[in-house]
Amino acid sequence: MAEDELWNRQRAADIIAAEAGREGAALPILHALQAEFGFVPRDAVPMIAAALNITRAEMHGIVTFYHDFREHPPGRHVLRLCRAEACQSMGAEALAAHTCARLGVDWHGTTPDGAVTLEPVFCLGLCAIGPAGMMDGRPLGRLDATRVDAELAAAT
Amino acid sequence: MTGRLYIPRDAAALALGADAVAAAFAGADVEIVRTGSRGLFWLEPMIEVATPAGRIAYGPVTAADVPGLLAAGMLTGGAHALRLGRPEEIPFLARQTRLAFARCGIVDPLSIEDYRAHGGLKGLARARELGPAATIEEVTQSGLRGRGGAGFPTGIKWKTTADAPGHRKYIVCNADEGDSGTYADRMLMEGDPFGLIEGMAIAGLAIGASKGYVYTRSEYPHAIATFDAALKIARREGLLGDGFDIEQRVGAGAYVCGEETSLLESLEGKRGQVRAKPPLPAHHGLFGMPTAINNLISLASVPSILADGAAAYKDIGYGRSRGTMPIQLAGNLKYPGLFEAGFGLTLGEIVNDIGGGTATGRPIRAVQVGGPLGAYFPPSLFDTPFDYEAFTALNGLIGHGGVVVFDDTVDMAHQARFALEFCSIESCGKCTPCRIGSVRGVEVIDKIMAGTNVDANLALLTDLCHTMKFGSLCALGGFVTFPVMSALIHFAEDFRRPVTQAAA
Repeated sequence: MAEDELWNRQRAADIIAAEAGREGAALPILHALQAEFGFVPRDAVPMIAAALNITRAEMHGIVTFYHDFREHPPGRHVLRLCRAEACQSMGAEALAAHTCARLGVDWHGTTPDGAVTLEPVFCLGLCAIGPAGMMDGRPLGRLDATRVDAELAAAT
Repeated sequence: MTGRLYIPRDAAALALGADAVAAAFAGADVEIVRTGSRGLFWLEPMIEVATPAGRIAYGPVTAADVPGLLAAGMLTGGAHALRLGRPEEIPFLARQTRLAFARCGIVDPLSIEDYRAHGGLKGLARARELGPAATIEEVTQSGLRGRGGAGFPTGIKWKTTADAPGHRKYIVCNADEGDSGTYADRMLMEGDPFGLIEGMAIAGLAIGASKGYVYTRSEYPHAIATFDAALKIARREGLLGDGFDIEQRVGAGAYVCGEETSLLESLEGKRGQVRAKPPLPAHHGLFGMPTAINNLISLASVPSILADGAAAYKDIGYGRSRGTMPIQLAGNLKYPGLFEAGFGLTLGEIVNDIGGGTATGRPIRAVQVGGPLGAYFPPSLFDTPFDYEAFTALNGLIGHGGVVVFDDTVDMAHQARFALEFCSIESCGKCTPCRIGSVRGVEVIDKIMAGTNVDANLALLTDLCHTMKFGSLCALGGFVTFPVMSALIHFAEDFRRPVTQAAA
């Protein structure tokens, strides 16, 4: 779905107002906005800045510092694959290459049909059962090309 | 009900199908308790049934195994190919000294009754009897040091915070467990969250904090949910709320926020950029107030220290590293899992005797200890004891206790490049050696791997590492030189490979 169709100013204002009173509210606000919209809409940034009494530049700096916050909406499903050392030792790099090739995207890319976004992650704490991943928040262990293909086939 | 069945809900067990196993028991006449994991991941999902002779474990169980298990009478401990016997007698568990993880995998993580029945809250009760000063003294006497890797004595940190003037003080738990190969924090939050709450309540009492924050990484959604649920229960039970409360905050994917000052900045709602020290967080921490910031495992180790006394804890260990460490065996191992034991096991014992060698069956070539900033050790250094000082002496670190094993297919030049690439992605950007050095480091290694002026570029890389080690503001830029230099020194041949046509 297009970004402007997802955007709802009133909803964003309500979310910001609900969190703004907390100590160090920036991250809770950003997480809540992303939970609602799937990304942090650009139009929300000056609204957060105003609520927290900081400049737009500062707020932009905060949003862009953290890897989690997306600038654009993700696909209908998000597959995260671990790229860290423990998973590397079990073949994560070959698995990532296979996945990128199958989806025809690079890291952070979304398939043209909008079905899947592929995101890198550096450690899911599943280091004893690598290569590990997460499909829409569901943990996956001992992944191989067959299992990834099955996950992707089910993600429409 | 004919019996009680324990099935883990730990994220790793879920990744291996624990929910499907639980669902397959839906028709059976049995009560199902969802627990954390015992940490024997090659046996997960490992399920246990209560019998008059104690619990009997079966694993690894798939949903398809369930009808056969039921037919074999597993609900009364019947014989089956997957029957493992009493879990406590499995050698991997029998060899451990579980203090911080005493309850993990055993109790229902969200049952305060279970927590009490398994020795919980005794430490807090004793701390309340002792009062703040004697509690701090007890922790100091135990020899407990920071389990995040820096190894600073916890009692001294608490005393500094307690003595610092301030109308408000904070206890902050660092649960931003970003090191690859580590999962102890995740397991404990999912398997025994009250252990952390009790540890923080003791710390809060000791330093005079009114508020505790737990900063948990966003990559751990199951831990976040379990811990939030545990906080609600703790408030309802009066464990929190009376002058001391705990709030969980979720990180946002920045590795550097595991560095304590960067974590504080992030908690304050800023970019997670490192602060220069001094001032120490103990004097000038969260929102400028005196703050004790401790690793999750340090805090989770405190209840047993208070409950059983400092001497019992101090009696375990090696050299100046006292007590137990949850070593996390990860990567290419036959028996990967959580092994809590006193310091002093050698690296070879850890990866060969306990870890069983590689899962692939090939020889071990390198072991990275302590996460992405830890050194790579070759088998010739397998006699190194697991101890803060011994690893520091070899230009490495034990970090948060992660041990990642690689077999002989690993390309160590590639691993060195990855360390610097990771640093360039995760650098907070505040200091130049880390921000620029990591990028330049990747470029130099690319030239080495391409066979361009190899000798000159190896000298340049060594010089760059020297600058980064001594010039960086925090451990990210400083210690990323450990994996790079250890690869360069112990695996020099990988940096002088003939360039193949494909790579050129």
